[in-house]
Amino acid sequence: MPDGIETISKRWIGAAVGRKEDEALLTGQARFIDDLYPIPGLCFAAILRSPHAHVRIRRIDVERAHQLPGVRQVITGKDVLELIGPLPSVVKAPLPYYPIAIDKARYVGEPIAVVVADTRYNAEDACELIDTEYEVLPPVTDLRSATERDAPVIHEAVGSNVISRRSFSYGNPEGAFAAADRVFEFSYSLPRYASTPIETFGVIAQFERAPDRYTVWSNFQGPFVVQPLMANALRVPGHRLRLITPPSSGGSFGIKQAVLSYIVLLAAVSRKAGVPIKWIEDRAEHLTAASASSDRLGTVAAAFTKDGELTGLRFRNTANMGAYVRPPEPASLYRMHAASNGCYRVKNISIDNELVVTNSTPVGLNRGYGGPQFYFALERIMEIAARGLDIDPAELRRRNFVPTGAFPYKAPAGAVFDAGDYEAALSELLRIAGYEELKERRAAARRAGRAFGIGLAAGVEPSGSNMAYVSLEQTPQERRRADRKSGANASAVVAVDPSGQVTVRLCSCPNGQGHATVAAQIVADTLGLHPDDIHVVTEMDTLTSPWSIASGNYSNRFAAIVVEAVAKCAEQVAQKIRLLAAAALDATADEIELHEGYARVRGQSNRGLPFRKAASRAHWDPAGLPDAIGPGLHECAIISPPVLDPPDDEDRIASAVTFGFVIDLAAVEIDRNTGAIRIDKYASVHDVGTQLNPKIVEGQVHGGFAHGLGAALFEELAYDDQGNFLTGTFADYLCPTAVEVPQIEIGHVETPSPANALGAKGMGDGSSMLTPAAITNAVADALGRDDISLPLNLQRVWAFANGHDATTKSRPAISSIRPAGRAVGEMLTGSGKITLFAPVQEVWRRLLDPSELAASIPGCSSLTQDEIDRYSARVTIGIGAIRGTYHAQIELRDKNEGSSLRLLGKAIGPLGFGSGSGLVTLQPETGDRTRLEYSYEAEVGGKLAAVGQRMLGSVMRYLIGQFFRSLERRMRPAARLDWRSWWLRFRRHGSGGEA
Amino acid sequence: MLLCDFLRHELHAFAVHVGCEHGVCGACTILIEGRAVRSCTQYAAQADGADIVTAEGLAPPGTLNEVQRAFMKHHALQCGFCTPGILCSVAHFLRQTPEPDERRVREMLSGHICRCTGYTSIVTAILEAAAMMRKGS
Ligand code: FES
Ligand code: FES
Repeated sequence: MPDGIETISKRWIGAAVGRKEDEALLTGQARFIDDLYPIPGLCFAAILRSPHAHVRIRRIDVERAHQLPGVRQVITGKDVLELIGPLPSVVKAPLPYYPIAIDKARYVGEPIAVVVADTRYNAEDACELIDTEYEVLPPVTDLRSATERDAPVIHEAVGSNVISRRSFSYGNPEGAFAAADRVFEFSYSLPRYASTPIETFGVIAQFERAPDRYTVWSNFQGPFVVQPLMANALRVPGHRLRLITPPSSGGSFGIKQAVLSYIVLLAAVSRKAGVPIKWIEDRAEHLTAASASSDRLGTVAAAFTKDGELTGLRFRNTANMGAYVRPPEPASLYRMHAASNGCYRVKNISIDNELVVTNSTPVGLNRGYGGPQFYFALERIMEIAARGLDIDPAELRRRNFVPTGAFPYKAPAGAVFDAGDYEAALSELLRIAGYEELKERRAAARRAGRAFGIGLAAGVEPSGSNMAYVSLEQTPQERRRADRKSGANASAVVAVDPSGQVTVRLCSCPNGQGHATVAAQIVADTLGLHPDDIHVVTEMDTLTSPWSIASGNYSNRFAAIVVEAVAKCAEQVAQKIRLLAAAALDATADEIELHEGYARVRGQSNRGLPFRKAASRAHWDPAGLPDAIGPGLHECAIISPPVLDPPDDEDRIASAVTFGFVIDLAAVEIDRNTGAIRIDKYASVHDVGTQLNPKIVEGQVHGGFAHGLGAALFEELAYDDQGNFLTGTFADYLCPTAVEVPQIEIGHVETPSPANALGAKGMGDGSSMLTPAAITNAVADALGRDDISLPLNLQRVWAFANGHDATTKSRPAISSIRPAGRAVGEMLTGSGKITLFAPVQEVWRRLLDPSELAASIPGCSSLTQDEIDRYSARVTIGIGAIRGTYHAQIELRDKNEGSSLRLLGKAIGPLGFGSGSGLVTLQPETGDRTRLEYSYEAEVGGKLAAVGQRMLGSVMRYLIGQFFRSLERRMRPAARLDWRSWWLRFRRHGSGGEA
Repeated sequence: MLLCDFLRHELHAFAVHVGCEHGVCGACTILIEGRAVRSCTQYAAQADGADIVTAEGLAPPGTLNEVQRAFMKHHALQCGFCTPGILCSVAHFLRQTPEPDERRVREMLSGHICRCTGYTSIVTAILEAAAMMRKGS
């Protein structure tokens, strides 16, 4: 503990101080990345992305895009290859990750080309004019099929989709399982989801010469350990890649770490294009291709004595990395590793980790990072064991907690739990949840035949990560060969200007967590000022901020580590002020106290001077300062918690500085008829050590819960088995809204952490890690079955509640469902009939006439005949706001002169691709009319599949109907518009079904 | 040009936030003739001549209105990206529904996605602001 910090009067720390950030945000004065125009001459970028999950790029023709007015440059992966190298990770398998596809694209949404234009609208329009030719390769999107022997290989150089395996053993797990009275085992799969901040990614990149250097503004949030990697990828020394963050950032929850790929990409594009560029991601891009939590397959086993002592744990984890390993992955698999005992004192643990690539978006930081997956395994097995052992789940946990007197507690895999009282937290939880009463209500509900369940989940919350933990992916031998890594530097600057005003500068990149407010509270207490007097700058600038590799906002590190740097730095300033005041007041520094804006001799209220006056002496009168005092008042503190050593040769690591505690209880009732889950009660108790600002703590608890609830009930980034992405809008990817998030009961237990001067523990992930497990436990309890998978949407819960299998296998592609496969298939198959006012021969002739086809195809701007019965067309189609120009190829086949023909077509455009076939038959009717009947089936992929799911069927029906209707109109002389035609039209609109 | 883009990049009304551009998240909500409207779902030309208020204009410069004050008091915003849109919806809502209950407030809010707060504090703030406004008028 640094000298003197014990003397902080805690007037502001611990108080529910209103936030400094709020006024600007409430009045629209806060500035986010897209509000910035930091340099003149900005151009705008749009990104063309792969509509396919797995393709080899044959040809990218940018000519037509280039000709669009306002377009400056169109840049492909091959174009930037001379400027960038791959972004490395600790996984040594040969799967280089570039921020843009070079010769293959391996997931839907992978960047293919970047257009730079004078406006964003121009850039987006030009994307549609890029002609691409792909060789479509078989995709693999789910973990199970990716690891099968004959699975398509995504990275040929690796030769397998399993890119790494590592096994770990702590204590004697074999012995524990051999000696166990009871062993419980549970296998599960967890979907991928994402915290989807409401502000999307944004990057402004500028390249300048003499010397060559990049400046990038972005809402990147760190960890800045990737800054050297980015500079390396851009082939410039570290200081020639200057990263700047805007004053405000619209949420992140870890996700904005992934901006790093776009920083590299747009920096290189800016260099290539010779102009500064702004790029703002849209929501469909974000959902499709930004980042995600890692989906998992896992098996967990637990060994118990008959009276409920947990003696061994065995984890088998298969983690989806997506198509590439983007740094800092595979950290999601190792974040919880050192704390694999959870909150229990079990000593024997084995862990087998397998990293797998699939044709899906690369994964990355997401709220709780690795926690939801880990606790789903551990806290589900605890509940399953409790039932098997016939011990109350709360009691089973209590029997196995790390005991209250055992802190600091060294966990088997190396984590050092700083402080805790898990029993007290459990008791508090049971009290605020009314556990006994809930159990009675459950019994009564069950007697009445209702499905009511209770579930618990408990766990530690690692905060302030050791920068070395991801190197557990390497063997001890590999680590020995590499440079040593450890620690987690945090820094702060506190400066007092010539007028005595205090400014604090942070490197913690907040995205809404109120860091400025809390930093001001700490500094105000140390300097005897009011928080309103402290100005806090949270914009980071790697050229001028005292940053380091651990800088940024992740792993709850603010309250675990950063506050210590702030407190220490403020104390350095305080000490100097005390010296300055002592010199002026003819006292010793020890006698000076800083209080209410004054530096006074303790106990003598008339012997003092205003803080401002004392401080300004350092600026205005350096010659008059005593020797002990250097001029100026600009202090910087950089700290790294001493506990964060490198991993040892037994793969143990103190992975984080503080370990808060969270314990949650969910009580649910399920309507078996609808599958609806009613949350009857949700209670959550947290130990965050000293609460620095209870209001902010409470906000984080509620927010973390909402993320956990979304993951439990609604959210899934879904792919079909062809790798088409299905949830590209907020209407498909369902985030909880105010009507779905219930009121919850919150309780606190405070065991101050010895890890920093303030006693605070990191917090923020909180219930996002535990809610999915707690709710699943409750649902499993209600339904009496354990094979429960997420998200628990109506359809799934209904299936679980009614004894059906709710398969978690990936969905079949829309395309693979033929008419026989009803439900989904119906959307994209159809038929219709229409009467044309022309004889059969005339209709036949017109159907084969290219100019007639061109005039009838909706949105057709050009149609050329390539060879006999083969045509190329350019067609513009819009679904709502989503418009796209498609390059279509049409073929006529199976021609039966005057009676039937088959039309085959495929189309590709920026929004995806589609193909289909239709059968047209003609029959003469009386009065020189022709009865035309048609049937078709179609398949789509790419963005269309991601954003258009709900509308595709009706759009398809509409477009095809339009084609035949315009054919009809063209054949009908105006005069022949008779009552019958009106009637047909009327019926068509009335019934809505036909054509 | 979309109305939200016009307001942001031509008029520099940066309180208009864009979160989805497809009419679901509510971040771009503004007041057109006093009614809460999503500015990403219409073109600028459609609003020609209309009276538009963005979150910049909900209270006189340098002041906060009742709802803004309640948001601050109850920590109803974290990153604040969703906030200007919500404030515009609330302005319209409370004019129409001066005595809302929690259910009505949550229904109204369900047109907005906030990923930070979990909504509870927003509901509390709106209910309190409604009560204060009733007392004030
Ligand atoms: S941006 Fe308009 S509703 Fe989301
Ligand atoms: S406060 Fe961040 S989205 Fe609502």
